[in-house]
Amino acid sequence: MINLKEPQVSSVCKKMLTGITGLSLVMFLVAHLIGNLTLFAGPDVFNAYAQFLHHFMHGMFIRIAEVGLLGFFALHIWSALSVQRSKKKARPAGYEVNAYAGGASKKSIHSLYMAVSGITILVFIIIHLINFKYADHDVVGTMTMENGIEVTNVYKLVVLTFQGNFGLVLLYMVAMGFLCSHLLHGIWSAIQSLGLTRPSTIPYLNLVGMAIAVALAVGFLLLPLLIFMMRGTFDPDAVPEYGTHARLMLAPWMLG
Amino acid sequence: MKVNLKIWRQAGPDAPGKLVDYSVENIDPSQSFLEMLDTLNEQLVKSGQEPVAFESDCREGICGNCGLVINGVAHGAKGGCTTCEIRMRQYNDGDTITVEPFRARAFPLIKDLVVNRTAFDRIMSKGGYVAMNAGSAQDANLQPIHQDLAEAAMDAASCIGCGACVAACPNASASLFVGAKVSQYTWLPQGQVERSTRALKMVKQMDSEGFGDCSNHAECEAVCPKEISIANISRMRREFSKALFAR
Repeated sequence: MINLKEPQVSSVCKKMLTGITGLSLVMFLVAHLIGNLTLFAGPDVFNAYAQFLHHFMHGMFIRIAEVGLLGFFALHIWSALSVQRSKKKARPAGYEVNAYAGGASKKSIHSLYMAVSGITILVFIIIHLINFKYADHDVVGTMTMENGIEVTNVYKLVVLTFQGNFGLVLLYMVAMGFLCSHLLHGIWSAIQSLGLTRPSTIPYLNLVGMAIAVALAVGFLLLPLLIFMMRGTFDPDAVPEYGTHARLMLAPWMLG
Repeated sequence: MKVNLKIWRQAGPDAPGKLVDYSVENIDPSQSFLEMLDTLNEQLVKSGQEPVAFESDCREGICGNCGLVINGVAHGAKGGCTTCEIRMRQYNDGDTITVEPFRARAFPLIKDLVVNRTAFDRIMSKGGYVAMNAGSAQDANLQPIHQDLAEAAMDAASCIGCGACVAACPNASASLFVGAKVSQYTWLPQGQVERSTRALKMVKQMDSEGFGDCSNHAECEAVCPKEISIANISRMRREFSKALFAR
């Protein structure tokens, strides 16, 4: 059993904690991206999705998810920063010449500057929450769905936020660049930290991790970029035609 | 050929150190890097100066005694070989080569390019052994072991404990060394007795020696003279979690 008399957390435990929380946050990103992409299916589906998220399990789901995410972020940041601190202590006098050994090494600017990319992502998340979660939702008003439910028109909120706002789109592009950099090393590193690799699988897991990193960053950028560039396609005042998906998500049994 | 050297000189553990410029001429390209340093030391002794302190023993890549950081890469930029196996032919005439000691808090500097690596011995004393009588050479053949397992155990056991993994790691972590030493026992029956505590004890000692935490840069594998895979670090973590819940 774990010896509670010694409060010092083992370096292996810290790595595992960083890995588990990191992979959980990646899974959240995948879910978030799928949710985002429903915007391309039309305002009805996107608004229905938002409504579903906020009312699923009588609104308990979103609250549990938010508390969970906050906890995961806190643990991830704590354990990762504690690894960073150990780094400075473990080599008080550095080298005059620093080089990359190449070959099997995976050392890169991505792996060396995880703390920088991580902190940048944290700052971005705060801006992102101000942009959407804590934005004035009354401005965009509500939309009445086919079955009579009044939903917040988050479609309009998203389209208005990005349309004609080049500065914000640029900020999102930079942020996704940092996210990509963080995950290029992060995903594979989390798998290695959890002890899930073997000599034969390391090169593949490294590639898969990098592919997921690029896919996530590009996927998230699709929304602001397309809304910004294809002004005619995304109308903030679009009157939705209800489709099957929206109906399904707003079905009473789904909203619990 | 001729090379210019920038070598870290430090009179003692607490003395201030700095890079000092030297140049060595008439080098045969087939000479080893350490033979070139021997030539430099002969020059220094002849001119009444203090020779450069560095470690070496077998000079054929098996003892793990030598270890220098050459141009920012532990054991020099060849990969899969120790410092003593580096030949001067890999450099060009007139090159400037920077030579530094292995740097880590857990490897305190003794003099010039010599560091104290007994931290590794203390880690080994916590679990790098089997307590049972494993018999003598012929007894090993009484226990049938699959060739693949024997090879896997040997891949990990080929670690010579030189410390290049620590020197190369941006965090000065000893995870590859401990990973290899924990792993080499996991495949073999003799290693099973202490298996439930080995990883815990060795990791605990590694942490208390002041090595940094691993960030999975894999720079250690790239400089390892025995090309030990970081999959051994992964295995150490599996062994650690199993041991954590097995006790």
